[in-house]
This record gives sequence, C-alpha cells and structure tokens, in this order.
Amino acid sequence: MSSSTATLEASAVRTTPRRPRRMKEATRAFWIFMAPFVIGLLIFVYLPIVWSVVLSFSRAQNTVTPGDWVGLKNYVDLLRPGPFLNSLITFTIFAAFIVPLTFALSLGLALLLNRVPVAKGFFRSVFFLPTACSYVVASLVWKLSIFNGVRFGLANTVLSWFGVDNIPWLATTSPPWYWMVIVTLRLWIQVGFYMILFLAGLQSISPELYEAAEIDGAKPGWQTFRFITLPQLRATSVAVLLLLLINAYQAFDEFFNLLGNSSFARPPLVYLYYTAQGNQDFGHGSAGAVILALLIMILTLAQGRVFGFGRADD
Amino acid sequence: MTDTTTVATAAPVLPTRRRRLRPGQVVAGVLRYLALIVATVVFLIPFYLIVRNALSSDLEITSPNWQLIPSKIHWENFSELFTDASVNLLQGLANSALIAVLQTAGQLLLCSWAGYALARIPYRHANKIFYAVLITLMIPPAVTFIPSFIIVSQLQWVDTYQGIIVPVLFSGFTTFLFRQYFLSFPRELEEAARVDGLGYVGSFWRVVVPNSGAFFSAIAVITFIASWNAFLWPLVIGQDSSKWTVQVALSTFLTAQTINLHELFLAAAVSIVPLVLVFVFLQRYLVLGVANTGIKG
Repeated sequence: MSSSTATLEASAVRTTPRRPRRMKEATRAFWIFMAPFVIGLLIFVYLPIVWSVVLSFSRAQNTVTPGDWVGLKNYVDLLRPGPFLNSLITFTIFAAFIVPLTFALSLGLALLLNRVPVAKGFFRSVFFLPTACSYVVASLVWKLSIFNGVRFGLANTVLSWFGVDNIPWLATTSPPWYWMVIVTLRLWIQVGFYMILFLAGLQSISPELYEAAEIDGAKPGWQTFRFITLPQLRATSVAVLLLLLINAYQAFDEFFNLLGNSSFARPPLVYLYYTAQGNQDFGHGSAGAVILALLIMILTLAQGRVFGFGRADD
Repeated sequence: MTDTTTVATAAPVLPTRRRRLRPGQVVAGVLRYLALIVATVVFLIPFYLIVRNALSSDLEITSPNWQLIPSKIHWENFSELFTDASVNLLQGLANSALIAVLQTAGQLLLCSWAGYALARIPYRHANKIFYAVLITLMIPPAVTFIPSFIIVSQLQWVDTYQGIIVPVLFSGFTTFLFRQYFLSFPRELEEAARVDGLGYVGSFWRVVVPNSGAFFSAIAVITFIASWNAFLWPLVIGQDSSKWTVQVALSTFLTAQTINLHELFLAAAVSIVPLVLVFVFLQRYLVLGVANTGIKG
C-alpha cells in the first residue's frame, strides 16, 4: 500500500509542484489519526472473525488452533434438531412478541408525553431512568423481590389480594410463567430508551403539517396519527425495529442470571457461552456464532428492505 | 438521524395560538396525566424495592406482611456490606470504575481521531477504509465474543484489565458517529486555523475538539453507561474474582445465593449510584446521545 502511494505522489510532484506537499501532508495526517484505530480493528475485529470462521470448519475441542478439517459438520450438527436449533426457534418467537410490544409501548409513552405542558421533564426522566440499571441488577430485583415465587414476593402479594394462589414464577416450566418475568424486565429496561428516540422523532415533525391537516379536515386523533405522525416517524421506526430485533437475538444477561443454563428459554448466546466456556468446544461454538451473525445480518437487511431503510429520511 | 438530534436539543416548537378548551379536551388531558402517573408508579417500583430491601433486615424482606417502609431503617447494613470479606464489593466497584473510565477515554480518543480523518482529511483511499469500518457495523458485538476470546487468550490477556478494556475500544459505530458529526462541523473554523499555520493535528486539537464539547460529552456518557453495565465480556475475560466488575460480582452472588438478601440489594443499590448521578447531572447530554445514536444502553 505504501509503495503505491509513494509512486503516485512521485508522479504528482513532477506535474504540479505546489499540490503534492499538501497531499503528502494530508496522507501523513490521515494515517496519524487513523493508524491506531485501523491496527486495533484488524487485530480485535477482523482477525478474530477470520479465525473463528476457520475454526468453525474444524474439530476444535480444548484448542483454539485449527486442527482437523471437518467441513460443514459443525454447522450440520447445530442445525439438526437439538438445543441450538431449539433456541433459534424459541427466540424467533420471542422476537415476534417482544419487538412489537416494546415498539408499541415506547411509541405510546412518547405520544402521551409529547403534548404534555407540565412536568414533561419529570416524566421523561422517570421512564428513562431504568436505562441506568444493568440487566444484572434488574434480574436481581425481579428474581428475589418481585417474582420470587413465594408468598412475600410483590407479584404474589398483589395477586393474593385478588384471591390468586401463589405462582412459582421461575420454578415451573408449564405453564411458562418465566416469560412473564423476562418480558416485564425487558420492557422496563428498554421502553424508556426507545421512547427518547420516538420523542426526538416527534419533535422533528413540523407543526405546519398538522395545521395543514386540520385545514384539510382531518380529525385530530386517529386520522392525524395515521396519515401524518406515523409516516413522518418512518425513519425512527425503522431504526427502532432494527435495534429491537438485533437485541432480541442477542439476549444474554437476564436469561443467564434468571434461568442459568436451562434447557428451555435458552438464548443462542447462552448456549454458545456454555459450549465455548464450559465445554471448551470452539469448533461448534464458532459455527454457532457464525450462524447467529448471519441470521442477524439477513434479518437486518430484509427488514431494512421491507421498511425502506436507506431511502430518503424525510 | 442527524436531523432528529438537532431538533431534539432545541425547544419543541408548538403553535402558541390559544384556543378555548372543549370539555372533551379537558377530559382527555386529565386521562393523559392519570395514565402518566400510573406509569410513573410502575416504573419506580423496582427502584423503591432496591432501596427498601437494602435498608431492611432479611427478616423484614421475607415477611409476608408487606411494609411499605421498614419499621426500622438499618443503616448498619452499609458497614456490614463493606466489611464482609466474602463479598469484596469495593474491589468490584474499583474495577468497574477503572474499566469504564479507561474504556470511555480510549474510545473517545481513538474513534474521534478515526472519525475526523474519515470526514475531513483528503486521502485517496479514505473511502475504502470507510467501507472496511462500515462492514464491522453489520457484525453484532455480542456474537463475536467467542472469536474475540480466542485472540485475547492467545495474547495471554485473560484475567487482565487490558483484556477487558482494549478489544472494546475499536468501535466502528462510534467512529461512524464521529465521522457524521465532523462532516457537519463548520469548515470555516478549520480554514481559519489553517491560515494561521496549523496542520491537521493542530487544528483538530485547538479548534475542532474545543468546539465539540456537547457531542464528546454525549458519546462519553453513553459509552460510560454501556461499559459500566456490560456483562458478557467482563464475565468471559474476568475469570478471577480480583478482576470482577461489579456486575459480574453481583451475578455471582445472585446465582450462588451465598449472601444475605439485604447485603445483595444494598450492593445493587450502590452499583447504580454512579449512573443515577450521571442521569441527574448529565441528562441533557444523555438524551442528545441516545437520540443521536440509538445505542443499547
């Protein structure tokens, strides 16, 4: 790379005597700024990915050195009916629930909040505050205080007022009450964050659009929402949907802390964690990581296409 | 995306035309506030539980007779927690603080340099490098923990601070955000600096950085929170308890159940104090940053 730039600069020197100094200065400055990042990117992003792809085609148990080439065997193993495939299916269903739910609730809160004249900052802070909590801390509260499954737990205390018997939230798999625990936890942490994105989107809609709609006879409420607000929020909506979808497949923290290495409701990442860390099986672990990365990339691209990501934002 | 942020920081422009409120609108307004108040209570319950349990005795936490406020506030829980040798919370807090600060500083430095170079310095291959950075955005960070672990273990960096900090510094996303920001930075300011004889490095430090405080702060706040709350990567790399972050330490106690409930809740409460402070004092930047980036908090 350096030799080709050198010759190009040399040829430039002959034709125009004044520009090359600036070009040379620019090239040097570019690399002064860029080199630390690029070197780090190569070592800590590109190299690991290439290494992992190579390992995913190898039998690599207790070793990170590519050894026996097994072709697609690791991939076939994982995509056969089994725990990894199960977790992919479970989390596709999970995404189908949690994504629209979080989307609707955060948009709803943003709409409620947008036109409020008094104490808007207070409400915004309250809904946004859970972002400060880590999933670990939230898991702790959910598991040991709200949904601890015994009578003194908050959820069971409240339910007992209505004559509902104790529910062992995390200790039973059928009916799967643990989803209730996980979904409420996730909503609590995430909703305020996406609400901020929607609020920013709502505030960028020009008031004149609403005035024009009023003149055209649109009734405030559903009609203006359907024909003005929603279309104007398209860029934000696409971004929110993408982030939510990616996050659903990347779930790890709260599942690890609430359910451990359970055979049900085990996110792909938890399975991969135990495959790589517990069993030291880096061949299967790497193959799983590649599958998951590909899945997320395909979904992202597909969703972007459906919702017009990359089209003009406004 | 940049459009939305600039507007978000400005005060919302609402039509000032006053209209007489119809009864229907009054009812709608009341309902709106009612809904907001109910939501507020629901959102605050977990925080209330953390504080309540942190200052109770175990007996009161597990009592079937629900008490809104414990009859006696157990301030001595603090000294108990910090002297409990089996917990080592102070070590966890110190590790988290060190890691979060260094990670934030490092990412700001490296990514702002790279973003500036990509946005402002005319170099013939800049576009190719920009694409190489963009491609990494497509790869979800959590999915790369196995490959990254392989590199870190080859470097003998498992159980070291640099193992937790360094691999996370090279964020394609933060670089992308800085590039977008610098693209909209007024060129005239830099040109004036260049007339005064400053090079690219000089004008970056003396002109661009001092005029970009809000944006740097926004990214800093977001990075700090993400780093403080990070769990999977510190869990994988910090295998020895001397390198546990506060999140890993809490998780260990949570799954092992070897600790008293009130100590655990107090530890959780202590662990969110830094972030609540960030929220209280730097919320302006935080909102700007979120609206700008949409990074997972």
